[in-house]
Amino acid sequence: MTTHYLVLSGILFAIGALGVLIRRNAIVVFMCVELMLNACNLAFVTFSRQVGNLEGQIIAFFVMVVAAAEVVVGLAIIVTIFRTRRSASVDDANLLKY
Amino acid sequence: MESHIAEIVQHTGGVIGNAWLMIAFPLVGAFILLVFNRFTNRWGHLLGVAMSLASFVVAVLAFFELIGFGEEERRRAVHLYEFIPGMVDMGLLIDPLSISFALLITGVGSLIHIYSIGYMAHDEHRRRFFSYLNLFVAAMLLLVLADNYVGLFIGWEGVGLASYLLIGFWQFKPSAAVAAKKAFVVNRVGDFGLLVGMFIIWTTFGTLTFAELGEKIQPGQTNGTMLAIGLLLLLGACGKSAQLPLQSWLLDAMEGPTPVSALIHAATMVTAGVYLVVRSGAFFFPEGSGAALAVAIVGAATLLAGAIIGCAKDDIKKGLAGSTMSQIGYMMLGAGLGPAGYAFAIGHLITHGFFKADMFLGAGSVMHGMNDEVDMRKYGALRKVMPITFVTFFIGYLAIIGFPLLSGYFTKDGIIETAVHHQPILGWLAVLGAGITGFYMSRMVFMTFFGQKRWADDAHPHESPLVMTVPLMILSLGALGLGAYLVLSNRLLLFLAPAVGRPEELPEFAPFAPSGLATLGLVAVGAIFAWMKYGRAEVPSVQPRGSFLTTFARRDLYGDALNESLFMRPGQWLTRLAVFFDNRGVDGIVNGLAAGIGGSSGRLRRVQTGFARTYALSIFIGAALLTGALLLVGNI
Repeated sequence: MTTHYLVLSGILFAIGALGVLIRRNAIVVFMCVELMLNACNLAFVTFSRQVGNLEGQIIAFFVMVVAAAEVVVGLAIIVTIFRTRRSASVDDANLLKY
Repeated sequence: MESHIAEIVQHTGGVIGNAWLMIAFPLVGAFILLVFNRFTNRWGHLLGVAMSLASFVVAVLAFFELIGFGEEERRRAVHLYEFIPGMVDMGLLIDPLSISFALLITGVGSLIHIYSIGYMAHDEHRRRFFSYLNLFVAAMLLLVLADNYVGLFIGWEGVGLASYLLIGFWQFKPSAAVAAKKAFVVNRVGDFGLLVGMFIIWTTFGTLTFAELGEKIQPGQTNGTMLAIGLLLLLGACGKSAQLPLQSWLLDAMEGPTPVSALIHAATMVTAGVYLVVRSGAFFFPEGSGAALAVAIVGAATLLAGAIIGCAKDDIKKGLAGSTMSQIGYMMLGAGLGPAGYAFAIGHLITHGFFKADMFLGAGSVMHGMNDEVDMRKYGALRKVMPITFVTFFIGYLAIIGFPLLSGYFTKDGIIETAVHHQPILGWLAVLGAGITGFYMSRMVFMTFFGQKRWADDAHPHESPLVMTVPLMILSLGALGLGAYLVLSNRLLLFLAPAVGRPEELPEFAPFAPSGLATLGLVAVGAIFAWMKYGRAEVPSVQPRGSFLTTFARRDLYGDALNESLFMRPGQWLTRLAVFFDNRGVDGIVNGLAAGIGGSSGRLRRVQTGFARTYALSIFIGAALLTGALLLVGNI
């Protein structure tokens, strides 16, 4: 049965989303985003298994590639912000507003 | 139609073939004086006079060449150039009617040019004055010589422009500037009529050339279109000739220098309306058309209105202006009577050109000697110090009141008798008008030249120089004998007949007709009444309050008040309404829209908090909503 995998995927996604919304530390928010991506990957793989073709698994690889690229850019931004403001809180980087 | 009008013949060569020189001379004069400006200051006035005289010489030569042709061949068209391709060719029409006008314009015009040398001698802008006078002569000649309505209209606007420039010649005087503007605006109303009339002629007949129109208009053609054209042309004539209801500008126009009042606002330009009516006779005289009657009624009403106004004016020029209105009313009345009245109307126009120019210039001569005083209550007993001015003015005076055997006697009584014959009511009104003329003109003469001295302390009246008095003498000769020459044995009527038509029966000179005797009687009564009131009795040097009627006449029969309440005030309301609508309505919508968008965007930008988690939340909510919506429609 694959339902459990999907439930786990949903729980992981919800935890990730909640983390993005309520955590302030940029690294933690970033990790939560990764958690959501991986929850999606789990769902893709599960569905792939369920319907019996490979498309879901292939997409999971794509997601991983994108996630890797995203990590490179995202971490670079976080490090740069930390260097200039001595803080990794996402709430401190709030200058881009009205 | 009770008459036969001669065909128009194409003409080349000779003096008539070069008649455009008549227009070209003064036009070149105006051009040189305006372009070369100060450099011509020293001899500019002489050039102006020379150009006007040259034009006169051409007119005289053309006249003699014209009378060399047989009577039926005296309408000669000269083609000049293609003006608007496919619509109108510019050309000149030299016929008895236009050549009569050309002689009057250039002849009297030249005399007034000469007079102006003296009158404007001390004005630093004399050169500019002569350039405008030349411009006027050129435009007026184009008006009467053009062989189509377009050329006539260009001349018509040209004289309007010259009139505007010359009324406002002393533009540093606010009254002159306002008077010029008023003349211009009132004339626009008339021009509107002429222009729309021309439009209708063009759409109906497909041509604006007199010759082609003469062929296309069937005799006896009568319908609403013809009536409309007639009435619109009459509106144009009313504007230019200061006839009711567009009379109000002429009295104010006296703000211009006196030679201008004599040339433009007495002798020539203001008679252009009469020319228009006579030249467009075919539109006024289909059987049973009301247009001709309208012309006669306008004429009769104006001749009375002008005469009444003339009775109460203390300003000598305004008195003469009222009289001009009145005399043009007579001409209009004559022109409204058809071929029977045309000859008298034109005859009166010519003699009036002489005796009114004579009197205006005489008034100018008096003003010249009296430090530009125009109030007749400050004159008195001037006949001793200004003998030449007095004699010439007096001849003009006798001519205008119709003293037997002088010019006005023949031409004005001709109009009155014809009117009594064709339109009895209007005719007897004209008799009454003649009586009033006798009163106000006598009043003017008695107040100016007779009675006691009422001069201002610093006034040292003196006779004017010869350059001013010689034109006066020549004009008064015209006032003496021209009427008899033109009217006796119907000389002018027979001369004009090929151009304007011949009445069924030639008028007889009837010195003892009842209307003529009544006219003479009323004139005598008016003159005696004026003598008792202004000659024998002492004239108060301050204007008395006067009765209700006097005030009525002094205020120009409340013409200005009427215009103000009927047109100016509602016009102002309209503009105020438009401004209000523009400010509140149009601007309100545009500004309100901009303010609304600005305000809402100001509120909307508060959404951008700068916190990443707010944006993340909105993304999640959006995603959740999308998912929910998809679930709802059942695609998943």
